[in-house]
Formats: sequence, structure tokens, C-alpha cells
Amino acid sequence: MTPIVKVENLTKHFPIKKNALARRKAGNVKAVDGISFEIAPGETLGMVGESGCGKTTAGRTIIKLYEPTGGKIYFEGEDITDMAPSAMRSYRSKMQIIFQDPFASLNPRHTIGRIIAAPFEIQNITPEGGVRRAVQTLMERVGLNPEHYNRFPHEFSGGQRQRIGIARSIALKPKFIVADEPVSALDVSIQAQIINLLDDLQTEFGMSFLFIAHDLSVVQHISDRVAVMYLGKIMEIAPTTDLYAAPHHPYTKALLSAVPVPDPHTERTRERILLHGDLPSPMNPPTGCVFNTRCWKAQDRCRSDEPELLQIGASSVACHFPE
Amino acid sequence: MTRLLDINDLHVTFPTEDGDVKAVDGISLTLDAGETVAVVGESGSGKTVTSLSVLGLHNKKRTRLTGEILVHSERGAVDVVSCGDEELRKLRGSAVAMIFQDPMSSLHPYYSIGNQLSEAYRVVTKASKKDALKRCVEMLDLVGIPEPQKRVKEYPHQFSGGMRQRVMIAMAIINNPRILIADEPTTALDVTVQAQILTLLKELQKEFNMGILLITHDLGVVAEVADRVNVMYAGKVVERGTVDDIYYRPLAPYTMGLLSSIPSVYGKGTGRLSAIPGQPPSLISLPEGCSFASRCSFASQVVGASCATDAPQLIEDEPGHSARCHLALADRRTAGAKFAAKGGTA
Repeated sequence: MTPIVKVENLTKHFPIKKNALARRKAGNVKAVDGISFEIAPGETLGMVGESGCGKTTAGRTIIKLYEPTGGKIYFEGEDITDMAPSAMRSYRSKMQIIFQDPFASLNPRHTIGRIIAAPFEIQNITPEGGVRRAVQTLMERVGLNPEHYNRFPHEFSGGQRQRIGIARSIALKPKFIVADEPVSALDVSIQAQIINLLDDLQTEFGMSFLFIAHDLSVVQHISDRVAVMYLGKIMEIAPTTDLYAAPHHPYTKALLSAVPVPDPHTERTRERILLHGDLPSPMNPPTGCVFNTRCWKAQDRCRSDEPELLQIGASSVACHFPE
Repeated sequence: MTRLLDINDLHVTFPTEDGDVKAVDGISLTLDAGETVAVVGESGSGKTVTSLSVLGLHNKKRTRLTGEILVHSERGAVDVVSCGDEELRKLRGSAVAMIFQDPMSSLHPYYSIGNQLSEAYRVVTKASKKDALKRCVEMLDLVGIPEPQKRVKEYPHQFSGGMRQRVMIAMAIINNPRILIADEPTTALDVTVQAQILTLLKELQKEFNMGILLITHDLGVVAEVADRVNVMYAGKVVERGTVDDIYYRPLAPYTMGLLSSIPSVYGKGTGRLSAIPGQPPSLISLPEGCSFASRCSFASQVVGASCATDAPQLIEDEPGHSARCHLALADRRTAGAKFAAKGGTA
């Protein structure tokens, strides 16, 4: 089966200018630095990592909201890496994004009806039964009251706004959705409602998700496979059950052990790996393995040779000394 | 046990054009030395307003405060609600200190770390600049900032988020307060850094025997550090007990709903999450009866009272474990066992 999305050695570097007048390049922020993976039809790939690891940039570059610096992106087998924006437009109906911040991603001057109808307008599609009916069906599907068609975003709560964003993204029945931290701005009880909604929509329409989040427990709940990113690189990519039961990369292990568990007994008894220090700057990443400055297993080899992503069982791990 | 803080029947109301916003609607809680008391709740449940009122940090003109907040110190008890500005100033920093949620905006970008830290110290102790700077270096060392001699001269933008939160902690405890209020201290941080900060707080608490009032929405963090827990909903405490009571024997339907809506990395993983339907009520027009009634799945099973019209009281169902619910205790025990965290039975 052709994967919906395939990326090969994708990189995205943002240039930094030393001063605004001279326009001299002072260096690059290597936000995404050579990542490769595939997403099968109907599959959810979770992407986790700390802030600044490049997960949002990766998500945006894959659907070409950013021009990639290098590497290849294939959508349903078609190379879209260098496709012109005009040619991209017809592909856009098949790929959508749900944004993190439900307050900033909806135009405050547009009614909900107009916001959700935007994809139809842009793609010049008149759905059966008219735009208004299609929008109201969508609203009902995501759990909004269709009578609120003419209301404005400020009249809705955070969770409801996220539902509006989801209705907009599924309007054209896309095959692939990048969900960029769709629940991290929401309270837990509302968060669960949205996760369940995304789950149901996937069962109904069979779309694939790239689910980006920093919350490891949410990612575990929704993903089939999980990729762990650190400083623009994938450290480990594995089926969800394998990754959580037997992490191979020291970083994955540390990340998992840092998550507080809502269970006091487990918290009191388990052993915790405490990482020291902070994320190094992506402008000037460490040589060799990017994790070597915080890794407790680091040896000389880790500081000179960059490990490749190698297969261990069902997992792929970028480490010289995997667990 | 030394009692540090007594909050009795505190009401905080913000009058607005649309009506009175009852942000905190009659809460009572206590804090002893050496223990961590958590206040958990969703946004708008009144947890931050409670913590701010302990330090008297409200705009006095726009806030109506009733009830009692007794801060106990060597000099006796002071009621924050009724005392004057001068007395409040003496409490702040030396008796009660606070760590805020956002380490990015809580430090002044124009002043060096040493400058800001020593200001906090000199306001209370009237020490000389030289002594204050020495104390700052000690404090930075204590909170685990490498090369404190050098870092003390640097500015906030030269520190990462985790390091800034360490500076905020150093600033809070520089005058040896007995009460530390931590308002979402790790919400803005990544999990690996969060683990560092929580470990640091626990170490400092042990060393100085501080009482920590922890405000958070994260039930994972609560399970890790708290001794006792207050669950808040729409300005009221709906359940109170030890951390084990809350996670393994929840008695309020809202707590059960919260526990079952969090996905856990050690949980079953798949399957549907049991979300709480609907959303919290508006604080301007709180329902007459139980605030949670419209979202509660047990409301129909209540006998002898009406959830829609009678507001339930916080009743001590078991020693040290109270809940606010009309449902018969036996029914709630059975229901609670279903929603409890798994570790208790393992």
C-alpha cells in the first residue's frame, strides 16, 4: 500500500541575520535536521518532544506551509517537495491542519459559518445541498449547535473553539490531518471530549493523522506509532505499545520517566531518571549524537559519530548504546 | 505539627457590570509546616484567586473579600483579610512567598538577576548591598544554578525557562518564609525540566520545613508531591482528603470524572476516555443547587434531595476525607472504586 505521506531526510533551517541592515547570515537554526518516516492510510503517527525540538516545524513543513530546505516529501506517492503553490492548491483539499491555539486560529471578525465554509470557498466547491447545510451538518458532527451558525468566535469557550477548528479541517474530507497540539490549551475534562471526537472522526472517515503533542500520555492514547524528536532529529520511532513498554533510546526512557503519573502509589515507588541541564541551542547543536550532553550513557564515540536510525525489533533507534 | 495557615469561609467576589463574579465561594483550608497541600481544579475554578488572596494581592477597589485568612508566624496570627497594608508588607516575602506560573514574564528584563534577588532580600532585612549579593550567590547555588558567581551578574534573557524558574524559587525563599505558595510552578516547563523543579521543591521543603500550598491543574504533579488535596469546582471545594483518599477512594462525582478523563502512560492506553460532558457553569449565574449537577452522571440517582435546587454541603464522610454530594455514601464508595487510580489495588 502506498503511504499517504512519506518524508525522506527532510530538513528545515531558518537563517538568522546578524543585524537587520547588513542582512548577513549569522547561522542557521536547524529546526528540522534530516527526518524520515512514513504514515500509512488510516494510521496515526504521534510526534513528541520538548519545546524547541522541531515537532511543529516538521508538521508544517510536511504540508508545505514552510518551504523545506532539503529532503523529499511524497504525498500519495507524488513528489510535492518543489511543487509550485498553484499546483499545491488542489492537494490542499486532501491535507489539513488543526492548530494549537483555538483563540488565535479563528478570525474574530468572521462568523462561525463563514470560518467553517472557508475551505469550500477556497477550493471553489459547492457541496450538495448548499454550503450552509454542509456547514451545519459539520457543526452537528463535531458537537456544536447548528443554530450558532451566525455567532462569532468570542462567544465560544476554548473547547468549543477547538471543535470549530476541527469542523473546518474535516470540511473537505481530507486524507491527512496534521494535528498540532490540538488539546494542550484545554482543561482535562474538555481534552478528553476532543480526543474522543478525533478518534470517532478517524473511524468514520479513515483519515491519517500526524498528532503532534508534548503530552506523552495523550499521544499514547491516540497513536498507532510514535516518533520521539530531540533537536530536530528523530531519536526513536516505534509502534506505541513497544515504545511505552520497552523504550530503547535513553532519551525516550528519560522522557517517559519524567512524566508525572496520576497515581500516588506509582509515584512513590518508581525510580526516576533525572536529566540534567537544558536543551542545547538548535543553532549550534552538539557534535555526534545531539543528546550526548545530557545522556548518562555517553561515551567518546557519542561525541564524535552521529548514530543512525537502526532497526531493533519493531522499533527504529538512533543510539550507539540502545537499551 | 505547627499550623501555618487557616483559611476560613473565604469568599472572593468581583463586581462587574454583568453581575457579581463569585470566583471563590466559601472555601476553608489549612496548611501545616512541612506538608504540601494541593489545590486542584480546571481553569476558572478559583484556585489562583485563592492563592493570590493569601498574599493580599487583589485590587482592593474591585474585589470584595470576606472570611478569614490567618497567617501564623512567631509574632502571632495575622488576618490578611482585615489587616492594613503595612502589616501585609511585613508578611510578604518573610512569612509568605509565592512562585508564579510564568517564569518568562515574572522577572524584569532590564535588571540583572543579582539586582532583582538582592532587592527581595534587602526589602526585608535591610542588609548592605555587599551582604545581599553574597546571599544571592548562596541562594543560586542552593537552587542548583551552576557558576552562581558569574550567573548572578547576568540578565533574565540569558537564562532558560527552567533556570528562570529556579531563580524565581531562589527569590521566593531568600527570606526563609514558612509558607510557600506555588501557583502552577511547572506548567510552562517541559516534562524533563518539570521533574527537576519538583525534585528541587521537595528537597528545599525538607531542608527548611516549609508548608507548600501547591496550585495546579495537573493531577500527575499532585500525585507526585502533595500530602493532602483540595479539589475545586466553580469556586467551591468539592472534595478534600489525603492524596490516597482522592486517587484511590474518590467520593465526589467531579473527582471521579477528572480521574477517568486523564489518559495515563501506565494505564490501559487504548479505549475511549470517559470525558465529562458539557462545561463548567458561568461564575456570574451559578446554579441554585449543586454547581456540577448539569454535568453529573449520578444526579438522577439521588434520593431525598434535589441536586438542581439544594446545594450540598462539604461533609466529612470519613475521618479527614470530605466531599460535597447528595448521593448516599455507600453508592459513592462503589462508584469511586470503579474510577480509582490503579496503583492502589496493585
